[in-house]
Amino acid sequence: MTYLIEEKNDYLVVYLEGEVDLSCSPEARRVILDCLQKQRHLLVDLSRVSYIDSSGVASLVEGYQVSRSKNLNFALVGVSDNALNVLKLARLDQVFPIYTSIEALLQGGS
Amino acid sequence: MVVESESTKDESVIDVQDLVTYYGTRKILDQVNLKVRSGEIMVIMGGSGSGKSTLLRHMLALNQPAAGAIRLFGKDPSKLSAPQLHAIRQRMGVSFQNGALFNSLNVEENVAFPLREHTRLDENTIRIMARMKLEVVNLAGFEKLMPSQLSGGMVKRAALARAIVMDPSLLFFDEPSAGLDPVVSADLDELILRLRDAMKVTIVVVTHELDSAFRIADRILVLDKGKVLILGTVDEVKSSDNKRVQNLLNRKSEDVIVNPDEYLQRLTDDLAGL
Repeated sequence: MTYLIEEKNDYLVVYLEGEVDLSCSPEARRVILDCLQKQRHLLVDLSRVSYIDSSGVASLVEGYQVSRSKNLNFALVGVSDNALNVLKLARLDQVFPIYTSIEALLQGGS
Repeated sequence: MVVESESTKDESVIDVQDLVTYYGTRKILDQVNLKVRSGEIMVIMGGSGSGKSTLLRHMLALNQPAAGAIRLFGKDPSKLSAPQLHAIRQRMGVSFQNGALFNSLNVEENVAFPLREHTRLDENTIRIMARMKLEVVNLAGFEKLMPSQLSGGMVKRAALARAIVMDPSLLFFDEPSAGLDPVVSADLDELILRLRDAMKVTIVVVTHELDSAFRIADRILVLDKGKVLILGTVDEVKSSDNKRVQNLLNRKSEDVIVNPDEYLQRLTDDLAGL
């Protein structure tokens, strides 16, 4: 897994890329929590994630909960069908704010 | 027409070749051949003593073949080092017939156990993962209960949550429906199908429950006295004109025919003065 962080409007955008599995989800978790520690709204872009396992999803869940406790915005964008299946299995598609793209979020779309 | 490529055809997660195994002098499996393809649900059926549980033990690399071979993810477990075998087993999840939950741990601790044992994930990640899996099996809210407080169906679902907590690519169920009422059993079947579709996991189910087998199987292997009686799709098994297959489907028992010499030997083996 690799990652890139960019600023867009009021948000920090974390682009995750590759496979997010047991071996690297701790790094994804650290990156997400570090961004939130800076009191910044956060978008996690999963469009370049080829596979995400439960440990990766758990890192997103923790990030979302931390953002809520800090009154920060948090959303997922570019969720692939595979990733969406993993989220749906645990009904987390009903929990996360999910947008098709960063532009859709920033323009107030879905 | 969809043409299956060679590489697709060869994509066997489990490859059993001419497997023979004994308990003592008794032959339990006799020239069993089976390929389990990636992403399919393979149901293994047979009466008591047909060898289905023994075949499961071989697929879990718990038994060594007397003859023949078994390959898991393309590798022969008998030729792997302990760390290599450990890595293969981490890709496998098992839901045992009786649940095999730890009585001294609550439901969440039971589900989290493999993560604490095999990973160095943060405690928060482990707890969220365990709770996600309990949500998947519809046991959300029961995290703090002890196994003794669970119904039979809940024990099965907790065991399933533990089996999938490491996101296995190969999942085994030993008699998932045994002892459950039909509605709970059907719910569990639905769950098995959902898991396969969402996680793309290959599933092997050992069962003697016909209704369940027909609901979930892509293919069914029927064992009889250690031999493969039939291997085919649900429709192929249902339409088989083999008398023994039909007896199994109609739940008819058969007279046991013994080999007199082997039987006598079994009865008198290791006795003093004989």
